[in-house]
Amino acid sequence: MTEQPTATTTPTTTATPITPAGPRSAPGPLPGFAYAPAPESRDLAEIAPSYGLYIGGEFREAHNGKSFTTLDPSSEEPLSEVAYGGAEDVDAAVRAARDAFPAWAGLPGAERAKYLFRIARIIQERSRELAVLETRDNGKPIRESRDTDLPLVAAHFFYYAGWADKLAHAGFGTDPKPLGVAGQVIPWNFPLLMLAWKVAPALACGNTVVLKPAETTPLSALFFADICRQAGLPAGVVNIVTGDGTTGAHLVAHPGVDKIAFTGSTAVGKEIARTVAGTGKRLTLELGGKGANIVFDDAPLDQAVEGIVGGIFFNQGQVCCAGSRLLVQESVQEELLAALKRRLTTLRVGDPLDKNTDIGAINSAEQLARIASLTEAGEAEGAERWSVPCELPSDGYWFAPTLFTGVSQAHRIAQEEIFGPVLSVLTFRTPEEAVAKANNTPYGLSAGIWTEKGSRILWMADRLRAGVVWANTFNRFDPASPFGGYQESGFGREGGRHGLEAYLDVR
Amino acid sequence: MSGKPQKAQKPQKPQKSQKPPKGSTQDRHDEQQTGRTGQDRPDRPREERTTAVRLNVFRTYKLFIGGAFPRSESGRVYQVTDTAGDWLANAPRASRKDARDAVVAARKAFPRWSGATAYNRGQILYRVAEMLQGRREQFAAEVAAAEGLPPGTAAARVDAAVDRWVWYAGWSDKVAQIAGAANPVAGPYFNLSTPEPTGVVAVLAPPESSLLGLVSVLAPVIATGNTAVVVAAEPAPLPALSLGEVLATSDVPGGVVNVLSGRTAELAGPLAAHQDVNAIDLTGAGPDPALARELEKAAAENLKRVFRPRAEDWTAGQSTDRLLAFLETKTVWHPMGV
Repeated sequence: MTEQPTATTTPTTTATPITPAGPRSAPGPLPGFAYAPAPESRDLAEIAPSYGLYIGGEFREAHNGKSFTTLDPSSEEPLSEVAYGGAEDVDAAVRAARDAFPAWAGLPGAERAKYLFRIARIIQERSRELAVLETRDNGKPIRESRDTDLPLVAAHFFYYAGWADKLAHAGFGTDPKPLGVAGQVIPWNFPLLMLAWKVAPALACGNTVVLKPAETTPLSALFFADICRQAGLPAGVVNIVTGDGTTGAHLVAHPGVDKIAFTGSTAVGKEIARTVAGTGKRLTLELGGKGANIVFDDAPLDQAVEGIVGGIFFNQGQVCCAGSRLLVQESVQEELLAALKRRLTTLRVGDPLDKNTDIGAINSAEQLARIASLTEAGEAEGAERWSVPCELPSDGYWFAPTLFTGVSQAHRIAQEEIFGPVLSVLTFRTPEEAVAKANNTPYGLSAGIWTEKGSRILWMADRLRAGVVWANTFNRFDPASPFGGYQESGFGREGGRHGLEAYLDVR
Repeated sequence: MSGKPQKAQKPQKPQKSQKPPKGSTQDRHDEQQTGRTGQDRPDRPREERTTAVRLNVFRTYKLFIGGAFPRSESGRVYQVTDTAGDWLANAPRASRKDARDAVVAARKAFPRWSGATAYNRGQILYRVAEMLQGRREQFAAEVAAAEGLPPGTAAARVDAAVDRWVWYAGWSDKVAQIAGAANPVAGPYFNLSTPEPTGVVAVLAPPESSLLGLVSVLAPVIATGNTAVVVAAEPAPLPALSLGEVLATSDVPGGVVNVLSGRTAELAGPLAAHQDVNAIDLTGAGPDPALARELEKAAAENLKRVFRPRAEDWTAGQSTDRLLAFLETKTVWHPMGV
């Protein structure tokens, strides 16, 4: 951990000045130290002025001719005009997927596998381009899109490619069948990674796909359509219909869809479950969370601090499994919080394309407003707010890393998913109390445990009602590792052998 | 209301035409109006019924909640008849309050039952099989009366139910090995996925198979550590209520299984909408697709895991579907290093 105390703002290419932050309590070595700008080249991703819907292997305009603008959230600069899919377009896409289904499902698994291996390889080849594109459309730091999102995207296709001809050995019967057409609706926080989590297992199992990317981040899915073209994927196997929540609702309600997979908010997930009720469509949901990161007094505090920071500030906290509640044992609360605040002041907030940036832009004005409103509620309910003293760029959507102390379990910021760079700190005395507080939400997606005592890790892991438990680490992902929640965090698992079940006709 | 199998809708015998419709609030008062008085109740050996050397002691059928045998808090009962329409017993007609009490009992029992070792749960489920075997004759008579089966067939159903408990008893400490995984992640991490029980499961038992069907939907739920609130087959609840007595003497902790009898449509709604129920098996709503749809919709409110109705042959061998349907997968990561 560095002791560099100065929070700085990396310049966006719209020339926001580097601004050493004001005075603070942490010790202040190296006065005047600053990073030089190190922006990745925008030219690596050539964005066309407009994009159509990808249906039946070709791009086409929306039936009603409508389109919408997608922005760079770090500058509010328009990136492209994207076709707005309506009911007719969803219908056309479902038809295309239906038409493509028999041949795709009928291919020998080994041949389907080779298409997926091709896709994985092309993603690796084009990964820098896609990383830049993702960062521009989403606002996440290039360091994350380049080092986390894209490697995981390629790995996910590579992993499920290998399953395509081994399904008979996956524990779902000797001749498991695909479901048919999968309607998939994905969020904006990891646009291409969520696409990979949905599309790779669906195709490996022999389904065809209609995917609806998020309204604010449609571009990487459209670039993926081009990758499908390069891979020679048969027309109609993957169809991309861009649009908003209404477009997604058309897809969910379409009678020609056999399976719905959704990642997003719990409220929308419930609405989808109601729509699907009685139709016999299969459903998997990966929804919100309010993950507890639990730090015991015997934890290696420096490592814990890094884990806490990665847990809540990775991707600006716009992560469903974020460790948004810090549960710290009372005896180390002061020491840990001092170290945490010191570390937070070293985070570099600014231009997402700068390779030194730690914290990028919030994805949209709407999301920024939600974060602001919940943090205001936190202050109004009596929690104490501390934000990193840093200057934020004037254009775009920005929120300084923030933590709240004095948070009670009843506070909205301890119960509701903020989906932003905001950490709520609570304390506990005994392991039993930590478990009770950690489990005290309707969610159940993730949890973290920090302690050097192995038996305590296992005792805690056993009792935490969460689909993923990270012990002495946080926010690790791998295509071989099942991911998904308990309770209102949804049902079904993505990743690993378990992830196949969502796309096979197993019952 | 559907949810009743065809046989329950068989025309009533003429002498019982004055009987008020089922579901009437007068249900509990009209036992005097039925033709029989219990001479043929299945809890009596047949020769005793015919010779009648002494007056038999009737058993009052009661609910099974939290390990105790309460009557319905509502005080209501409904008449249970055999398939010929002859009176068998007054079964409790549970209310939504009873359903809520059952959920509370099931939630209370969950930590201990899910925390028990799989070996221990297996032993207890095997004990259930032993207890059921010991009351084979009673259950054979109850199933014969409930389903209108010849005595030999009914006994075979009971035997199959015993065997089903044995089958699921053996699964309790094996399911983690088929549903779990050691995941080879691309990094220096220990990564293990294990199945865990989802919590409190509401089970609508199939109306057409009063004991074997019931055991087939209940045993897989509790074998993995879930606790259950069961709504017995509406037209034939007596074997389910008797099974409560078996469970009570099998070391199954109180509250792990709670048995309600009554109107499926009345009890299923509150259970499907209950915020402290984690999953629901809609098998018993199978004959009524509209009800099943409403229940699935209500279950969305807290995102319950829903097991949808499907065609079943209860006498056929079982798959692992029902075991796996009420499990969560928990994946634990830990760094490796020195």
